[in-house]
Amino acid sequence: MNAAGFPLLSLLTFLPLAGALIIMSVRGEDAVVASNARWTALWTSLITFVLSLILWFRFDKSSPDFQFVEQLSWLPEFGVNYMMGVDGISVLFVLLSTALTPLCILASWESVENRVREYMVAFLVLETMMVGMFCAMDFILFYVFFEGVLIPMFLIIGIWGGARRVYAAYKFFLYTLLGSVLMLLAIIVLWFSAGTTSIPELAEFEIPFGVQVWLFLAFFASFAVKVPMWPVHTWLPDAHVEAPTAGSVILAGVLLKMGAYGFLRFSLPLLPEASAYFAPFIYVLSVVAVVYTSLVALAQQDMKKLIAYSSVAHMGIVTLGIFTFNQQGIEGALFTMLAHGVVSGALFLCVGVLYDRIHSREIARYGGVAKIMPAYALVFMLFTMGSVALPGTAGFPGEFLVIVGAWSVSPWVALGAALGMILGAAYMLYLYRRVAFGRITRDDLRSLLDLSPREYATFAPLIALTLWMGIYPQSFLSFFSVTVSQLVEQHQAAVQAASRLAGLP
Amino acid sequence: MNWQIALPEIVLALAGCAILLIGVVPRRDMTFPVAMATIGAFLVTGVLVLMQPEGTGFGGQYVSDSFSSFMKILALAAGSLSLLVALDWNEKEGLSRFEFPVLALFATLGMMVMISANDLMSLYLGLELLSLPLYVLAGFDRDNPRSAEAGLKYFVLGALSSGLLLYGASLVYGFAGTTNFDRLADALSAEAGVSAGVVVGIVFIIAALAFKIAAVPFHMWTPDVYEGAPTPVTAFFSAAPKVAGVALLVRVLAGPFSELSDQWQQIIVLASLGSMVLGAFAAIGQSNIKRLMAYSSIGHVGFVLMGLAVGGESGLRGVLVYISIYIAMNLGAFAVLIAMRRNGRAVEGVEDLAGLGRNDSMMALCMAIFMFSMAGIPPLAGFFAKLYVLLPAVEQGFWVLATVGVISSVVSAYYYLRIVKVMYFDAPQPGFEQRAGGVTVVLGATALFTTLFFLFPAPILAAARQAALALMG
Repeated sequence: MNAAGFPLLSLLTFLPLAGALIIMSVRGEDAVVASNARWTALWTSLITFVLSLILWFRFDKSSPDFQFVEQLSWLPEFGVNYMMGVDGISVLFVLLSTALTPLCILASWESVENRVREYMVAFLVLETMMVGMFCAMDFILFYVFFEGVLIPMFLIIGIWGGARRVYAAYKFFLYTLLGSVLMLLAIIVLWFSAGTTSIPELAEFEIPFGVQVWLFLAFFASFAVKVPMWPVHTWLPDAHVEAPTAGSVILAGVLLKMGAYGFLRFSLPLLPEASAYFAPFIYVLSVVAVVYTSLVALAQQDMKKLIAYSSVAHMGIVTLGIFTFNQQGIEGALFTMLAHGVVSGALFLCVGVLYDRIHSREIARYGGVAKIMPAYALVFMLFTMGSVALPGTAGFPGEFLVIVGAWSVSPWVALGAALGMILGAAYMLYLYRRVAFGRITRDDLRSLLDLSPREYATFAPLIALTLWMGIYPQSFLSFFSVTVSQLVEQHQAAVQAASRLAGLP
Repeated sequence: MNWQIALPEIVLALAGCAILLIGVVPRRDMTFPVAMATIGAFLVTGVLVLMQPEGTGFGGQYVSDSFSSFMKILALAAGSLSLLVALDWNEKEGLSRFEFPVLALFATLGMMVMISANDLMSLYLGLELLSLPLYVLAGFDRDNPRSAEAGLKYFVLGALSSGLLLYGASLVYGFAGTTNFDRLADALSAEAGVSAGVVVGIVFIIAALAFKIAAVPFHMWTPDVYEGAPTPVTAFFSAAPKVAGVALLVRVLAGPFSELSDQWQQIIVLASLGSMVLGAFAAIGQSNIKRLMAYSSIGHVGFVLMGLAVGGESGLRGVLVYISIYIAMNLGAFAVLIAMRRNGRAVEGVEDLAGLGRNDSMMALCMAIFMFSMAGIPPLAGFFAKLYVLLPAVEQGFWVLATVGVISSVVSAYYYLRIVKVMYFDAPQPGFEQRAGGVTVVLGATALFTTLFFLFPAPILAAARQAALALMG
C-alpha cells in the first residue's frame, strides 16, 4: 500500500512539529536559547527535506492515483478518516514546502534577533500545516490544515513584521478567515450529500448543477482570497510588505499556491459543470489581475510591494491556466505555480539581502548596487529574468504553456496572458535598472558588503532550481502530466454528460 | 419512593451542611480546608453521579438519565475548577471567607436539581437554589460598590425572571392541567390543537431561562454583572449556571414541549441569531476584558442555541459538545484573567495584557490557544464545537443560522485576535505577580484539553450522543 514502507507523509508533516516542541522546551540564557533554536530548526527542516526527497525518487509518475496513502480512523461516526496521500498535483508542492522552509530559516539566521525561539517554533508549525494541507486526502483534514496555517502566519507577520505589521496581520487573518468559513459550509453540504469526506470518493460523486453553482461560489470565496485574485488581492501587498523576509518567502512561495491548489483539487474535479459555467468569469478576473496589477506594480516605490503585485499578476496567469481545462493550460498553471514559488521566494530573499544592510525597501534609496555587490547583482538579475519568464529560466515553460492552452479557448484570453508577460518584463527590468544600475547617489551604499557565505548557501539551491526548471522542465512536468490528463478527461466527460442530459448537442 | 435517584444531591446537600459547620465552629480561619472539602464533596458527588441508576423518583418529580449525568458532571467540573482558581485571588483581595466555597456548593446543588428536574415545581426549586447563592456571590466583595451594584442588579433582574418563570409555569399548569413533564408531553400531543395559553406560558418559561443563560434579548445584565462581580465569581457565572440553564432549556423544549417545536423554534432561532450577532459586534469596542468576555459568552450561547433550534439527535449532541468545550476554553481564559495582578491589585484592562508573551510565555501561549479556539480556528477544540453545531444546521437546511453563525465567528475573531495582538505584538508592561498553583493547574488542564481534543474526540462525542438519545426518548 505504501511505497515507502512506513508512514512517510505523516512523518514529513509532524516531524517539524516535534522539532517545535523540542525548541519550546529549551531553557537557559537568551543567547544560548536563540542559537539552539536556530540549529534545531535548521536540522529539523533539513531532515524533513531529505526525507521528502524519497517522494521525488519513489513517486510512480505513470499513475494518476494517490500514492503513499495512509489511513487511520479519526471520527468514525461521521465517516471522517485521517487520510494522507499525494498524487501528481500535490507531490511537488510538498517538496516545495519542505525545500523552502530550511532556506527561510537560513535567511532569518541573523535578521531575526529577538524572540528567536518563538520565531522558529512558528516556522516549524507553519511547515507542519503546509505539508499536511498538501497531503490531506480528507476534506475535513484539509480544512484543519488550511485554516491552521493562519495562526503561525498571523504571529509571524504580527511579531516580527515591519511598522504596520498589526494592520497587515489582521487584514491577512480576517480576509482569509471570512473566505474559509464559507468554504466550511460548502464542505458540510458536500459531506451530507455524498456521505463521505474522502476526496477521491467525492470526485466520483455527481452533484446537481444548481447545488454546484452555490458550492462553487463558496469555494471561490475561499480560494480566490488565498490565490489572491483581483479584486480580493488587497491583503497581499500589505502582508508582504510588513512580513519579515522569510515570512514573505513562504507567503509567496507556498501559501499563495494553496488557493490555486484548492481550485485544482476541489473545484475542477468535484464541480465540473459549475467550473465550466464560471470559466469566462474567471478569465475576466484573471486577465484584469494580470494587466491591472502589472500596471500597479510599475508605479510602486517599495521593492517588496512591487514583487507582491507581480505575484498577483503571476497568479492571474495560474488561474487562467487552470480554467482552460486543457492539458497545456493546467500543466502550465502547475508549472507556473512551482516556478513562481521558487523565483518570487528568491526575489523576496534578494530584497531581504538589501534590507538587512540598509534597512530600507524604498527603490529610490538604492542605485548602482551592481558596482558594489557584483555577485548579488548577478543573482538578482537571474531571478529577475526568471520572473520575466525569459526562456531558459523557470518562468518560461509554465507561462508559455498557459498561453498555448488559453489560445485554444480564445485568442483574446491568450492575448491577455501574453500582455502580462510583456508588462512583467517592463516592471521587473525597471526595478532592476533602478536598483542595480545608475550612479551611486548615497554614500552609505559604498560600504555595502557583497553576499556572505550564508547567503550564498541560501541562494545556491534556488539558482540551481531556476535554471533546471528552465532548461529541462520535463523532469518536473513528468510528475503531473498523467494526473492532469486524467483530470482533463474526467472533466470533459462530466461536462459532456451534463450537456447530453440537458438535451444540448 | 425511589430516593436513590437523588443520592448524589442528597450527599452533596449533607456535605454542604457539614462543611458549613466546619467553617463556623472552629475559631481560626477555615477557608482553605472548607474549599478543599468542597472540592472533595464535588468529586465524591461526581463519582456517585456516574454510578447513579437511571429512572424517575419522587412521584415523577425527579429524573436521572444519561443526559442528566452528562450535564451534572460538567456542572461539577466547572464548579471545582472555578473554586480552584478562586482560592488564591480571594486571599489576596481580602475576601478569604469560608462562605465562598459553601455558597458555590449550594449553587451547584441547585444546578443538579435543575438538571434532574422532571416537573415545573422541581425546576423552580432548583433554579431558586441556584440563584440565591449567585446573588450573594455577585455581591461578595461587599465593600466594593461595583460588586454590590452587580449583586443588586443581578438580584432585581433575577427576581424578575423568576417571576416570569412562575407566571409561565402557572399558565402551562392552568391550560394543560399538570406540571409533570411526562404528563405534559402526553397532554400536549394528545389534543389536536394546543391552547394559546400553553404557548404563552412556554414563551414566558423560555424568556426566564434565556435570562439565566444570557441570550439576546435577555442579556442586558451580563456585562455589568460580569464586570462588577469579583473575577472568580465571574468565572463561575460564565461556566456553571450556563450548563444548568442550557440543560434545563434543552430538557423542557426537547421533552414535554417537543410537540410544539413549530412554536418555540422561531423564538430560539431569533434568540440564537441575536446572540451571535450581538456577541460578535458589541465586544469589539470593549476595553475591560471582563466585559469583553461577557459579550463573548453571549456569542457562544448563540451557537449553543443554534444546536437547540435545529434539534434532533445531532443538534442536541452539538449543544452538549459545544457547552463542554466552551466550559474548558472559558475557564482557562478566566484563569488568566484571575492571574492578572500587578502591584497587589487586580487589573482588568485588555491593555494590561500587553507584553505577556515576553513576561510569561507559557500563560500567553495558553491564552492565545483559548482565544484562537474561541475564534474557531482548527485544529483547536473551538473549531470542532462549532463544526458539530453547524453540521446539523446545514443538514436540516437552517441556512440563515449557519451563515450568520460563521460570519459572526469571523467578526468575533477580530476581538479575540486583539487579545493575542496585545499579548504578543505590543510593547511589554511590567510583569504580573507570580501566578498561584491553582491557576496553573486549571490553565494547564484546560489548555491541554483545548489543544488535544481533536486527537481523541470519540469519548466526549459518544457520551454526548448517548445523552442526546436519552433526551429524545
